[in-house]
Amino acid sequence: MQPFTALVSRTVVLPGANIDTDQIIPARFLTTTTRAGLGEHLFADWRYDASGAALAEFALNGEPARGCRILVAGRNFGCGSSREHAPWALLDYGFRAVISTEIADIFRSNALKNGLLPVVVDEATSRWLIAHPGVEVRLDVAARTLTLPSGAAVGFPLEPFAQHCLLEGVDELGFLLARSAEIEAYERRS
Amino acid sequence: MAYAPQTLLDKIWRRHEVSPESAATPAVLYIDLHLIHEVTSPQAFALLRERALRVRRPERTLATMDHSTPTLTAQVFGGAPIAIESAARQVRELEANCAHFDVELLGLTHGERGIVHVIGPELGLTQPGKTIVCGDSHTSTHGALGALAFGIGTTEVAHVLATQCLLQRKPRALAVNVTGALAAGVTAKDLILAIIGELGVSGGTGHVIEYRGETIRALDMEERMTVCNMSIEAGARAGMIAPDETTFAYLAGRPRAPQGAEWERALQAWRALPTDADASFEREASIDAGAVEPMITYGTNPGMVVPIGANIPQRPGDEIFGRALAYMGLTPGEPIRDQPVNVVFLGSCTNARLSDLRSAARVLRGRHIAPGLKMLVVPGSQQVKRAAEAEGLDRVFLDAGAEWRESGCSMCLGMNGDVVGRGEYAVSTSNRNFEGRQGTGARTLLASPLTAAASAVRGRVTDPRELI
Repeated sequence: MQPFTALVSRTVVLPGANIDTDQIIPARFLTTTTRAGLGEHLFADWRYDASGAALAEFALNGEPARGCRILVAGRNFGCGSSREHAPWALLDYGFRAVISTEIADIFRSNALKNGLLPVVVDEATSRWLIAHPGVEVRLDVAARTLTLPSGAAVGFPLEPFAQHCLLEGVDELGFLLARSAEIEAYERRS
Repeated sequence: MAYAPQTLLDKIWRRHEVSPESAATPAVLYIDLHLIHEVTSPQAFALLRERALRVRRPERTLATMDHSTPTLTAQVFGGAPIAIESAARQVRELEANCAHFDVELLGLTHGERGIVHVIGPELGLTQPGKTIVCGDSHTSTHGALGALAFGIGTTEVAHVLATQCLLQRKPRALAVNVTGALAAGVTAKDLILAIIGELGVSGGTGHVIEYRGETIRALDMEERMTVCNMSIEAGARAGMIAPDETTFAYLAGRPRAPQGAEWERALQAWRALPTDADASFEREASIDAGAVEPMITYGTNPGMVVPIGANIPQRPGDEIFGRALAYMGLTPGEPIRDQPVNVVFLGSCTNARLSDLRSAARVLRGRHIAPGLKMLVVPGSQQVKRAAEAEGLDRVFLDAGAEWRESGCSMCLGMNGDVVGRGEYAVSTSNRNFEGRQGTGARTLLASPLTAAASAVRGRVTDPRELI
């Protein structure tokens, strides 16, 4: 994994609450055996009409969304299934961070393992970000802060080990494999 | 060290710590049983190949096929090719991966194949006190037997394959205390829908739910599985119920449960698992089961749920609510009852066990589904299918005009081509009513097998108490 220290980007906003993993990547696109190319199907049922044409009113299809690497979404983003295809699709599309007031457990865990930063902020910050799509913000992983255009920095929680993995580009599998002596000892005693 | 009272979660967690968590690192948690399927495992095996790793303990992993597999008999047993080529490729890839990595596979034509969360308990593999994971969020189902069971992503599937461990922070414990008796016509599905309505779809985030109280104790094992299955719909990664005589009676004699002297030893250990009387939970909630009615969802998440006789709520000014109702084509303030229905789906890891099929058959026996309505009955496993056929339930469904299929996830998530059409209404015994869940533009109303069957007979949303 590439180290992730900081990110500066404009935002794209999906204000809905409870955006579930079936919206992020509908199940019919999960009959794949690789993780490549899922960005094309990101939010497929919101992004395209029945004929496959892009819907102009959907935020990701607008010109201002081009190049945005931060998604701002309503409360409880990523609820639903455990499909890691959801963060894979967001990353493949170009996102590196998601900001919400609440992020579902399995999605958050999957996101972190792929270098997609889940950022949980307070209601007021979220309301402001949702009301101001396209603003440029800065995310600092070491300081665990989101810096708004005003210069105000808002803190966000980040589990220390996940933070370490992001900053150093460490992957958890390597960490676990290095514990094999302890795992063997556990297997012997249980 | 002084005696500290422990919850069921505490006890299972502590026994599986290869190393405990610290401020800097999560716990290394040992996994007893890993269930895998064709959709969320290919990229995990690819990771193992990339790094030239083996499966550390192949005997602790069991593979099956359920999510994208066909339910039409000819496609399952080779009389016809699997209609979706990419799904066929997933089946072949799982076969190849299991052969290469020496993992046991209950493949497409195996008599013990089925939905992963149906076959674990059915085979007796799911046991009290175990840690169980699977690349599927409804892994919470297995908690019904007093296991700590939760869904994981594909990267974590690779972690478990390679190390038999996961890095985890201990979740908080949430007690849901349920008292009072369920009324006639009110099922475990109605109870869990009412609980989700109460907690909200993110009310359990960061928590493991332990369902407790006299009502839970009175549920049979399959009802308990229905309850634990939907824990994730309240945001909780796991739901669990303390093992008791009901659990032990269910497991006794199952092929992969401990036998003989081992069974006696296991029983002794299992009896020590329930939460200590003086243990405390980080949070508690209470539900009066006596007040629960048959429940049905009207919106686009499982928390948007009402008693079947109630009107759809009104939330003027709530744009998100308005958008959900517009998707559903339903009007706030109107009754949900008598809403016309196009499709009824009886199936899924929530409600496709033998007792669920019996419950629906009770309504359908001697009746016919409404003209123009499509009803799909998909048993949870091949064993459930055979057991249902042995008591003639297949005839009840077929005579009523429903389709009787091979087991799998099927129309719960519509990956295999079993889908609800755009704009159509489905009363479904599954677990998610998200937009497009059962097919692009499909409108899902979640309910119990009784309500689904009654609605199939009338062709509109029907209180099952009118037909039983």
